[in-house]
Amino acid sequence: MKKFLSILLALALVLSLAACGGDSGSSGGSTGGDSQTSGDSGSTGGDSDSSVSGAAFKLGGTGPLTGPVAVYGLAARNGAQIAVDEINAMGGIQFELNYQDDAHDAEKAVNAYNTLKDWGMQLSLGSVTSTPCEATSVMNFEDRIFALTPSASSVATTEGKDNVFQMCFTDPGQGAKSAEYIANQNLGTKIGVIWKNDDVYSKGIYDTFMAEAATLGLEVVSDTNFNDSNSTDFSVQIADAQSKGADLVFLPMYFDVAALIFSQASTVGYAPKWFGVDGMDGILSVDGFDTSLAEGVMLLTPFSADAEDERTQSFVAEYQSRHGEIPNQFAADAYDCVYAYKQALEAAGATPDMSASELCDLMQQQFTSMTFDGLTGDGAGITWETSGAVSKSPKGMIIQNGAYVGMD
Amino acid sequence: MNFLNFLISGISLGSIYAIIALGYTMVYGIAKMLNFAHGDVIMVGGYICFFAVSSYQLPPALGILAAIVVCTVLGMVVERLAYKPLRQAPSLAVLITAIGVSYFLQNSALLLWSSTPKMFPAFFTVKSEDAVKNSIQLFDGQLTVSFVTIATILTCLIIMVGLTLFINRTKMGKAMRACSEDKGAAQLMGINVDGTISMTFAIGSGLAAVAGVLLCSAYPTLVPTTGSMPGIKAFTAAVFGGIGSIPGALLGGLLLGVIETFAKAYISMQLSDAIVFAVLIIVLLVKPAGLLGKQIREKV
Amino acid sequence: MASLKITAKKNLSKTSRRNYLTYGLVILAFVILQAMSGSLSSSLKGMLVPICAYVVMAISLNLTVGILGELSLGHAGFMSVGAFTGVIVASYLQDTITIAPLRLAISMVAGAAFAALAGFLIGIPVLRLKGDYLAIVTLAFGEIIKTIFTNLYVGVDGRGLHFSLLEDKTNLAEGGKLVVSGPMGMGSIQKIASFTAGFLLILITLAVVFNLVNSRAGRAIMAIRDNRIAAESIGINVTKYKMIAFVTSAALAGAAGTLFAMNYSTIVATKFDFNTSILVLVFVVLGGLGNMLGSIIAAAVLTILPEALRQFSDYRMLVYAIVLILVMLATNNPTLRGYLDRVKGAITGKHSEKEAA
Repeated sequence: MKKFLSILLALALVLSLAACGGDSGSSGGSTGGDSQTSGDSGSTGGDSDSSVSGAAFKLGGTGPLTGPVAVYGLAARNGAQIAVDEINAMGGIQFELNYQDDAHDAEKAVNAYNTLKDWGMQLSLGSVTSTPCEATSVMNFEDRIFALTPSASSVATTEGKDNVFQMCFTDPGQGAKSAEYIANQNLGTKIGVIWKNDDVYSKGIYDTFMAEAATLGLEVVSDTNFNDSNSTDFSVQIADAQSKGADLVFLPMYFDVAALIFSQASTVGYAPKWFGVDGMDGILSVDGFDTSLAEGVMLLTPFSADAEDERTQSFVAEYQSRHGEIPNQFAADAYDCVYAYKQALEAAGATPDMSASELCDLMQQQFTSMTFDGLTGDGAGITWETSGAVSKSPKGMIIQNGAYVGMD
Repeated sequence: MNFLNFLISGISLGSIYAIIALGYTMVYGIAKMLNFAHGDVIMVGGYICFFAVSSYQLPPALGILAAIVVCTVLGMVVERLAYKPLRQAPSLAVLITAIGVSYFLQNSALLLWSSTPKMFPAFFTVKSEDAVKNSIQLFDGQLTVSFVTIATILTCLIIMVGLTLFINRTKMGKAMRACSEDKGAAQLMGINVDGTISMTFAIGSGLAAVAGVLLCSAYPTLVPTTGSMPGIKAFTAAVFGGIGSIPGALLGGLLLGVIETFAKAYISMQLSDAIVFAVLIIVLLVKPAGLLGKQIREKV
Repeated sequence: MASLKITAKKNLSKTSRRNYLTYGLVILAFVILQAMSGSLSSSLKGMLVPICAYVVMAISLNLTVGILGELSLGHAGFMSVGAFTGVIVASYLQDTITIAPLRLAISMVAGAAFAALAGFLIGIPVLRLKGDYLAIVTLAFGEIIKTIFTNLYVGVDGRGLHFSLLEDKTNLAEGGKLVVSGPMGMGSIQKIASFTAGFLLILITLAVVFNLVNSRAGRAIMAIRDNRIAAESIGINVTKYKMIAFVTSAALAGAAGTLFAMNYSTIVATKFDFNTSILVLVFVVLGGLGNMLGSIIAAAVLTILPEALRQFSDYRMLVYAIVLILVMLATNNPTLRGYLDRVKGAITGKHSEKEAA
């Protein structure tokens, strides 16, 4: 009985190996098509398919398309897809986009990266989240495939890799900027912090926030945290901040958990000033969220879906018509990544028949010298340092009457 | 009076664990399987109620009813399709199938309802100026108890009493007890074992729907993985109290909730999970079958 | 099960033949993969080391679940201990031992040793319990290990290793390096794991497990599995033999953890959570309890499967779930089983081996 089971499994192994080989052998044309048409609108998918036959740059990225943080990966993929479709429709430079699932895990991200490599990826969008991106960026570096990650914000992502660049701020940058902002604007005297202790993103911001707060003389009275398996009940953290009289609470975390904190704090009648970072963006688009709970929340974010400029509005409209949701900063960052690539490729006169390493050299030159104007940032243009970190200014936003309003 | 505040939130959290643990414990007691998909049925219940109320504008009571009906049917269908063919198979095979069902439900939810968090609407409100909350003025107004908390604790007690009566007083309950003792003998006595097991799944899943609504009311972010962590915690609670025992599930759930909250408040937030599990280990060393579990003597 | 109970000489020889077959197939697979390494896709190449690690995990868990007969839901915890110990040791020795394979070997031994120690300490309480209670306690230990590593900070500098819990209090000297930084886990790991190392680890694991199973201790362990009271009554020291199996299993998992961690530039403690434990358990159950060859094949197939399903795009994990359920249903379906048994009768054993390779 057991033997026959092994035979069955062996057969399955042979089959899956064959499937694997076949997948890589018969080129990713079909795979690419799959991920393009898997968007909600079939027509645009068809549009970009036609360009596949022509010479297109193969653009690959990994992100969590399943699992608990799928929301970020899907947003980035959708944002990048919109940019690719728009660019392809313009004529000129053509892209073929292939996003693979990494389930927010370093191991699966490396697998996904290898799948993309087999597909013939020439330019990479890195990974969406930090931990997987730390693993894939090493591969990008070794394979000389240029990477521009939309949202992996930890320093280790770019550290020591000359061909990995970021579209988002680094975490330390955000932490320090937030502390500065709070100190300069005199937003609070007694500060509370709630952070997530098993998250690279949250921990990175927390560390620099605390360091900067100490040098600026901000008084942090309450310092509490939570982790993934304890991210539902915040009574203890809120009680701590409340009883120690924190009048401003800094939340370096994503909006889904922040929404829980707001609603639980309102239940116990605690209403300090809340201060968030870019992960807070998106809170107003949560289905069914009582936006009055987020009234007065302040955040530093590079992107606002309510911005008045035409590009942002058309992007938001397109995203909404395709996916029925308001895009968050992940979508905007990924969208910008594709346009930044377009600009760099045009400036460098790159052609799709170039190898990944040739493109890598060209992109390195371009990204360290060019100024890019995108949806994110405050309109002063985006530049990159040689380290790969982006330099753009975040917008200080405050939520008033259920909408983001610029703070000054 | 932070202590009382923590105690109340601990009990509220524990009541939710207890209701989920009831589902685990009933299914375990009768079908002798660990239904790891139970946590995901909770998530489905939450989503059904969410859509009934926000998209179809049904009153909350109907929303809860819809969730219960859908989850009950879902529980029975899953049992029929995935677990019943494995009635004679080793228990580990069923465990793996349950994990497969759990993956299936999570990924279906991801595809159907997207990964964007949904905010669960607040049901338990009273229309007044201070609508969302109920502040019982105790100790200079330092103690605040929300309606959700009260509703959760009450629901938990009602379910406990109801279930105990059902198991002990009705014919179906008797059949369940018989099946849990000895399936073969029960069958010989003319009890429809398959029907009883199916019924158990139906009740367990119905309870999961209730737990889902309460969980999402108390902690209102709803994503496809909402159920998995409470599911594991509730499984722990069920073992804590003695798996297969209904009062044990209640006791285990409440204790787990309170210990978790106190560990976070008074010892260490980072290590709270480790503390909860350490307490569990110590309890099992002293009482190897859980707090209220039956010690079965081994026969040669 | 029957084939495992070594009661008669005939069975024994059958078992050892089976063991040689397992070794042979593993070596054959390695040779074939090495020979065609030029033509392998990067995707498959990238999976070779994790497959090796998962194979070792599956074999070692099979020792606990299949041979000892105790359900463990915290096996990833030992993998975690091995991964963290191994990486710390490797970073510590980075300048002292420059030969990468040697450094890897030493790290693996250290990883295995610490995992064995953890297995021993955990085994003391765990092995007093039975059945699902034992299972939940292993789950609890897995979670405790995860929580501790998530909050652990380890630094290396000229003065040696520095440890601290909860906050970074390592106060490293100039030129020191934080190897483990709490929630961020271990970063910038030197990727020194190789397929050859993984292959050797599998062979060692098989040798350890087969020798244990075919020894006096192994027979005692299986006697305990089949009937603890009977085993006790003939004078078998139940605790001792259970502990032997449990600690061996933990040590092998630790070595697998080191191998796994050394294949990635970054590893976080939350990687080794309940889900990873369950994943390995799925390999074991699907491969057959006590069936090491089955574990090897199941681990390889189920690691490749999600990758092979990438063409399903968004539906990938859904398809994976359905495949998992259907395989469990099919392998336990009496009609299908009878049918396949007849098919099995029709083809010779040798035939099937070729396919397995």
